Amino acid sequence: MKINKKTKSNLITYGIVIAFYIVVTAMQSAGMISRLMSGLLVPLCVYVILAISLNLTVGILGELSLGHAGFMCVGAFAGAIFSKCTMDTITFQGFRFFLALLVGAAFAGFFGFIIGIPVLRLKGDYLAIVTLAFGEIIKNLINVVYLGVDSTGVKFSMKDYMSMGMAPDGKVIINGAQGITGTPQDSTFGIGVILILVTLFVVLNLIQSRDGRAIMAIRDNRIAAESIGIDVSKYKLKAFAISAALAGVAGVLYAHNLATLTALPKNFGYNQSIMILVFVVLGGIGSIRGSMISAVVLTLLPELLRGLSEYRMLFYAIVLIVMMLLNWAPKAIEWRERLAASFRKKGREA
Amino acid sequence: MSKWKKVLSLAAAASMTMSVMAMNVSAADNFMIGGIGPLTGETAVYGIAVKNGAQIAIDEINEAGGVNGVQLEMNFQDDEGDAEKAVNAYNTLMDWGMQMLVGTVTSTPCVAVANESVKDNVFQLTPSGSAVECVANPNVFRVCFSDPNQGIASAQYIGEHKLATKVAVIYNSSDVYSSGIYQKFAEEAANQGLEIVSAEAFTADSNKDFSVQLQKAKDAEAELVFLPIYYTEASLILTQAASMEFAPMFFGCDGLDGILNVEQFDTSLAEDVMLLTPFAADAEDELTQNFVAAYDEAYGETPNQFAADAYDAVYAIKAAIEKSEVTPDMEASDICDAVSQAMTEITLDGVTGLGITWTADGEPSKAPKAVVIKDGAYAAME
Amino acid sequence: MSFLSYLINGVSLGSVYAIIALGYTMVYGIAKMLNFAHGDVIMVGGFAVFVSVHGMGLPTGAAIVLSIVICTALGILIEGIAYRPLRNAASPLAVLITAIGVSYLLQNLALILFGANTKSFTSVVGFGPFKLAGGSLVITGETVVTITACILIMVCLMLFINKTKTGQAMLAVSEDKGAAQLMGIDVNRTISITFAIGSALAAIAGVLLCSAYPSLTPYTGAMPGIKAFVAAVFGGIGSIPGAFIGGILLGVIEIFGKAYISSQMADAIVFGVLVVVLLVKPTGILGKNIQEKV
Repeated sequence: MKINKKTKSNLITYGIVIAFYIVVTAMQSAGMISRLMSGLLVPLCVYVILAISLNLTVGILGELSLGHAGFMCVGAFAGAIFSKCTMDTITFQGFRFFLALLVGAAFAGFFGFIIGIPVLRLKGDYLAIVTLAFGEIIKNLINVVYLGVDSTGVKFSMKDYMSMGMAPDGKVIINGAQGITGTPQDSTFGIGVILILVTLFVVLNLIQSRDGRAIMAIRDNRIAAESIGIDVSKYKLKAFAISAALAGVAGVLYAHNLATLTALPKNFGYNQSIMILVFVVLGGIGSIRGSMISAVVLTLLPELLRGLSEYRMLFYAIVLIVMMLLNWAPKAIEWRERLAASFRKKGREA
Repeated sequence: MSKWKKVLSLAAAASMTMSVMAMNVSAADNFMIGGIGPLTGETAVYGIAVKNGAQIAIDEINEAGGVNGVQLEMNFQDDEGDAEKAVNAYNTLMDWGMQMLVGTVTSTPCVAVANESVKDNVFQLTPSGSAVECVANPNVFRVCFSDPNQGIASAQYIGEHKLATKVAVIYNSSDVYSSGIYQKFAEEAANQGLEIVSAEAFTADSNKDFSVQLQKAKDAEAELVFLPIYYTEASLILTQAASMEFAPMFFGCDGLDGILNVEQFDTSLAEDVMLLTPFAADAEDELTQNFVAAYDEAYGETPNQFAADAYDAVYAIKAAIEKSEVTPDMEASDICDAVSQAMTEITLDGVTGLGITWTADGEPSKAPKAVVIKDGAYAAME
Repeated sequence: MSFLSYLINGVSLGSVYAIIALGYTMVYGIAKMLNFAHGDVIMVGGFAVFVSVHGMGLPTGAAIVLSIVICTALGILIEGIAYRPLRNAASPLAVLITAIGVSYLLQNLALILFGANTKSFTSVVGFGPFKLAGGSLVITGETVVTITACILIMVCLMLFINKTKTGQAMLAVSEDKGAAQLMGIDVNRTISITFAIGSALAAIAGVLLCSAYPSLTPYTGAMPGIKAFVAAVFGGIGSIPGAFIGGILLGVIEIFGKAYISSQMADAIVFGVLVVVLLVKPTGILGKNIQEKV
């Protein structure tokens, strides 16, 4: 049986993830992994999933989205609300988390679909700014939601805690800006890796399917694609909604990793969206493996730089700029190729 | 392209091996005190103050011979004001061999870290994490007042001293601290016979222009505007209120402390502003004066209440260590049990209050001081 | 009366957005890149004035000139080091990401140099406020200066672009870099000049932003930068009068949203209106609608 080149490449990608998991788990059981690293495993999975999912929008569909953190936010809150409400009724933790993931993905995907309908009519930078706008709208609205349950039913307000009119026996679920606290910490590295594999499976299969080819045709030349009868809006929307749903999955994973969930500019604002975009662009737009690697590197980097104390983020910024220049500047690419060629030459001579 | 990817993955692998290696923590001769707070990002100003305040206390203690003859060693890690980064900082400190934690500075990261520290049973004392949930676990204590406590105390103070009956509130609806205080203030206001005539919010993303919030307060004929916010925004509110010739009473909480230290701020704008704060940098007592002088010498600034809370946090730890007679060779978990017990037994005379005691649920008991700004300085109020 | 008062406040806020948006739109129009670091250059402009007035004791006028010089130099430097090498990169997104890196760099550099403490900025405007209708309507001196500056800058920019050789070169570069080069235009130099002008405008915007809202931290420029970017898109990005109109409208919408709908949801309202406008008019209010050709 002959495996075609793309399938082989995909298998390597799955292989890297599985190998990573096996190595890390082995080292963990041997006690060779630092606390910092073990703590970072779930966030790494979150960012890898986000990078892959955004790559679907940016790399495969070819549309610039600056609101990916908004979908992550929707997924995170939907999943956390579900878990918090069912904590007492569904006691089997794994099953409850599985359901929470589905809920988060469904909500984020639904938002992606609804937002995608108007947004995808726009082009280029205008599309980017509207996705940014939606991301900020989501963050702002979540901050004013007050949700609680008491003996008389579900209470909801968009103003403040008092106007919710909760009975004293009530349980607050979302307390405005104070967000959700006490979400069960169900996220584990193992689940994270499984979710990465699922994400990869969804995205890689989509790319190789007939739909995926249609999507890429739209990216490469929309007018030509339209002229051969590809339903542009349908395929765009499909890719966008899937990308949003996967971001929702990452959000659920994120929400169940920490004991507190608040929608701050830092974690769900446009800065986070841009950070995910940085993963995608640095890793090579459209390259799934590249975006996974750069998500890992850029998430680890600030942690590894902790020794620099107050110069940490300054150095991080410099490293980011230098990496971008080395990775993208035509001159740097040329230089790298020359260097690689001379290495090969030396290798042959030796 | 593929070449570069190899380089990238190589770099990733190399960096990974650097970080994965579990460090061997040797039994230390010193007490290892960890600190967590934002040193970069929008909330850096509070984290840096806490770091500096704690450092001064540590230096003083070490210079005076340490605690029971043992030196304190501090390692302060940046959390950027983010819950996830705070947990990373916590794990970094655990790798370093932290035995007790001073942190975190802001509420959301504090809740996240408290949930980790309880699993390891590491003693945690937050200088300024004021949300209720921060001290929900038995191993966590705090130095500052809780948000509900401040909201209720403010409403009571205004009510009991009959400062006003028509009250307007301007609060930050995207901030845990501010919305937490507002919530309890509004509940208590009803009991105190205060009428909240306007309650307008702003968010972290639109915190420059307050003309609407002030206009509404003015139109509603508020006699007093309650500002449960931080001083950066408050300085803008005072400036804008002055330019629209709106001069009600302004009343704030501990977040307003620091407003007089804003560089080049026209302090006459803050004249007659009242605030409930546990700390006043120009207090006459020797303790405060020494602290303020040491801080000014080291960092060239006047300390705010964040720095003061951190300073007291370190001294509270010192007192608790002395009380419980723990030694640095003990496990962090054993230290935690002993120190948590001792925390409820000590009485601390600190810069944020005299005779501070702690209850087992982690709350401090100290009297809030009401101060009013007169001629660019705090004056006691009664 | 409160309606008029809100309107005036909206125009005040909007004029600040407008002056920032002018710089944004200038750079975008010519270099076709979203310069996310623009907001941080504004912050640098603010600090330059603050330090030279309070640290070095310079008079305000000299401090503003110095600030413009510093920001101009900074703009040329950033463009030369961080953006120019990526001009012919395989994807236009590369330079966007580098701009984000530059933004982080400037913020963290300022944090180390100036500290995190809030600085209160002394307004550079020496007159005002003007009171109308018996004191119930207040127009601040800063608003008057900002709007005047906006109009002056707009006129100068349009004259510069349409009447000078360099300006025409800029237009040519924005239309087609390759063709411009063939016509003997030095593309690198032209884009450098664009950044120089854009950054000089950022310095002026920084001074006026800090005068109107006198609090200065290393993160002061970030959010107004994004809002101004929204304003620029609103008016049709690349269009100079569009930036002005977009800025003013954004300010008015923000204030009205806070006043009449909800102060908690001010951000959602502003961004919501932007979404609606772009859906009705996909290239902004004054944006040119370029037909795609096969």
